[in-house]
Amino acid sequence: MGKAELPLHAPGTQVDKGYIGQSVPRPNLQRLLQGRGAFIDDLRFPRLAHVAFFRSPYAHARIKKLDFEKARKANGVIGVFGGRAVAEYCTPWVAVLAHLKGIKSPPQHAIAIERACWQGEAVAAVVAESRTQAEDAVGLIEAEWEELPVVVDMEESLKNTKTIHPELGDNICFKREFDTGGVEEAFAQADVVVEDTFHFGRHTGVCLEGRAILADYNAGEHSLTVYHATQAPHMMQDIFSRHLGIPEANVRVITKDVGGSFGIKVHVYADEMATAALSVMLRRPVKFLADRLESFLSDIHAREHRVKVRLAVSKTGEILAFDLDDLTAIGPYSVYPRTSGIEGNQVVNLTGGPYRHQKYRAKMHVVFTNKNVCCQYRAVGHPIAVALTEGIVDLAAQKLGMDPAQFRKINLIADDAYPYTFPSGIKFEQLSHHKALDLLLKTMQYPKLREEQSRLRQKGIYRGIGLAAMIEVTNPSPAFYGVGGARISAQDGATARLEPSGMVTVMCSVTEQGQGTEAVFAQIAASAVGVSIDKVRVITGDTGVTPYGGGTWASRGAGIGGEAVLQAGRALRANMLEVAAAILKMEKAELDIEKNSVVSLLTREKKIDLAELGRVAYFRPDTLPLEFQSELTVTRHYTPRQYGFTFTNGIQASLVEVDPDTGFVKLLKHWCVEDSGTVINPMLVDEQIRGGVVQGIGAALFEECLYGPDGQLLNGNMADYLVPMSGEMPDIVCAHIETPTRQSQLGAKGVGEAGTAGAPGAVMNAVNDALAPFNTRVTAMPFTPERILKALKKV
Amino acid sequence: MEHTNDITLTVNGTPVSRRVAPRQHLVDFLRDELGLTGSHIGCEHGVCGACTVRVNGEIVRGCLMLAVQANGCTVDTIEGLSDSKELAALQKSFHERNALQCGFCTPGMLMAAQDLVNRKTKASREEIRAHISGNYCRCTGYQAIVDAIDEVLNGQG
Repeated sequence: MGKAELPLHAPGTQVDKGYIGQSVPRPNLQRLLQGRGAFIDDLRFPRLAHVAFFRSPYAHARIKKLDFEKARKANGVIGVFGGRAVAEYCTPWVAVLAHLKGIKSPPQHAIAIERACWQGEAVAAVVAESRTQAEDAVGLIEAEWEELPVVVDMEESLKNTKTIHPELGDNICFKREFDTGGVEEAFAQADVVVEDTFHFGRHTGVCLEGRAILADYNAGEHSLTVYHATQAPHMMQDIFSRHLGIPEANVRVITKDVGGSFGIKVHVYADEMATAALSVMLRRPVKFLADRLESFLSDIHAREHRVKVRLAVSKTGEILAFDLDDLTAIGPYSVYPRTSGIEGNQVVNLTGGPYRHQKYRAKMHVVFTNKNVCCQYRAVGHPIAVALTEGIVDLAAQKLGMDPAQFRKINLIADDAYPYTFPSGIKFEQLSHHKALDLLLKTMQYPKLREEQSRLRQKGIYRGIGLAAMIEVTNPSPAFYGVGGARISAQDGATARLEPSGMVTVMCSVTEQGQGTEAVFAQIAASAVGVSIDKVRVITGDTGVTPYGGGTWASRGAGIGGEAVLQAGRALRANMLEVAAAILKMEKAELDIEKNSVVSLLTREKKIDLAELGRVAYFRPDTLPLEFQSELTVTRHYTPRQYGFTFTNGIQASLVEVDPDTGFVKLLKHWCVEDSGTVINPMLVDEQIRGGVVQGIGAALFEECLYGPDGQLLNGNMADYLVPMSGEMPDIVCAHIETPTRQSQLGAKGVGEAGTAGAPGAVMNAVNDALAPFNTRVTAMPFTPERILKALKKV
Repeated sequence: MEHTNDITLTVNGTPVSRRVAPRQHLVDFLRDELGLTGSHIGCEHGVCGACTVRVNGEIVRGCLMLAVQANGCTVDTIEGLSDSKELAALQKSFHERNALQCGFCTPGMLMAAQDLVNRKTKASREEIRAHISGNYCRCTGYQAIVDAIDEVLNGQG
């Protein structure tokens, strides 16, 4: 498969594609390697105050009394505030979207008023000269509580025996039903029907840098500058503006280095809104860092689903219909502004996605509980949709006595069937499932592994091979949030400026949290303009500087931001050629730019270097024709619009060994074939996949936020909540198909969530393949040794 | 007022004296008193390894040691070992292999990796994985980090 042809230079010129497709090391890494990054807690401000929160010890309780007297007198304390005081400065929000019909949620305040609805919800704030002093004073707050009935279990919540928000009528935040028709008939005619129930553990992102915000209100100009570890600075600018009553243009959000985000840092958090309000109230900078224990209690959780799925199959292995019933619990509030209805909605949209059946029925409920709130975390809905699809598909293959790879070959949508509309209504521009499957089987040497597996079984060694095909949402259009009324931008912009020295500065609204976004933009800009990459500087994460845009989420940075950079770079190049033509008294069409110089289009002879072009344009424009004005700063924007989402596809495989005596799963190897369109930087793409796969493995084997029957989080610390560590992780082999999207000239699709989307399903199928000789299977993630031993009836 | 102690120690080759509260962690002392913000705080309960620094030649968790315990000690941080070039080979291989994404774990990871490089001339991938298994990385999936250390130790990876 050839690389995407990119017309980065004037048509007809013989110039290579520059840096596109090259594994360029990220130019901005040195500061991070030397400990000289700028994370929020590294910033120093005069008169900086620190906030610590008093959080509810109960999952559901009425606040009878809060006594701040002792806390107010404590050393270093500047102020102690309850919910009503902060509400004077910050209006509440309700997280609903118009296109999620019927979704409901109560108003949420920056600091809870009257009632706490989960353990860890902030009910008071202490601001002090140091964090230590603030925490000391939190310990002096005296509270009286009246415990209220607690709803912890989602099945119980659905029954509505106890209603968390009586004013809403019931505990259902959102429900959706979908039916193509003909499902009952398909099941009636099926030769084989398989059915199973899958459970997905509630887990969280565990960003190594906790949530962090430093808000600096200037009363002199009624302006607010917020240093914020966020993925979406412009979205936050809008939110601070509207909820704090400060004109949008007076709010500036600056995002410097961010220590991991994964979707955790794209939401509005009550304690962060309170921090901004406190800065306004106290007219000084205020900083909040979520410590690790607070992170577990208050960073969004995700993925608590129980899904029943049925599959109708013909005796030749053809999938006839999917039937789905999903239940998910999201805590006491839908999270602002994206809502907590999206994950369940995605499960309905995506289940069965790689396959060519036409009959599909789904039912989905999102319910409130008295646990921490849930919202979008890396790969939103995909890990669930992929795992339950691939889990039930494997069960069908097993029942038919068919090899799982062969079963997928029969059912995957053909590579020449596009454009294609899936029964749930989503549209695919161009996918490559069969090419991906073939490449995966070849890369992993599938027949050899099967042979080895059966040989080892005779020796009492139980290995399993699991496959997981997937489709993934990337490059979303306004169909994701904008159509529902959310002020979340699906378009992004880039400004490219030639500096007098011949260097190029690029400013883009997409942000960097370590994915390599800035490196990729430097590659694209250097290629588009015709300069070497060391001449490019990229600036992101400042609403006062960059064009307006959505930021980083839903695997959109390279595909959308990258296209804006490409267009800006090309426009800058065209304008630079105008200047060169004026200086040289030649026609623009006779000139080109390569290797930091203007050259003759035909002979490639060097005419003028870019530093000289910059010198004349900026300092001696008097030497240019009177009517000529150079324009060496240009801005371009891009929005994908032809499809709601630029779907990508991929397939993963996991090889594991299960010890039937201990229940331990050893991960031996993992493979991923991914089609993310034009690959801009193969190394960075592979590293996104590997990191994503490991987060997915965490969901499959280790991670779960465990709650007691009273709604208390039982393992909210790093010692008890397990994540993947280096010792247990396998090497991960990546391979690629490149099917560029035709919606943009760059052709890039997203890749950041692919690994996390597919890995849990692949690992689950591998574990169940290993357990097959024992006629048992596991379907509740994470697959702890205890659960595996229970399945084996050993405990 | 809170009780304080006077301490004197050598940080990155420079003698420093300060008056500190006995409850202050070493990493808070380095960050807040000395402005050495390269050592990061990820958990404050000794699990994640982001605050790894070197005290008298041994790597320790900066959140599990008090500043007063470092009285009279020699402390090295990411800033010092970057300037002395001790970490240069690892920093180069981490950079070339993209063995960091957000970079928050990286200073601690480099301190741990350099400890292995100082102790051993060769190590298997399993030994490398075991040595850094006290350091969280939530971005990379670890493989590139193992490759980068492998390259410095064994000239491959």
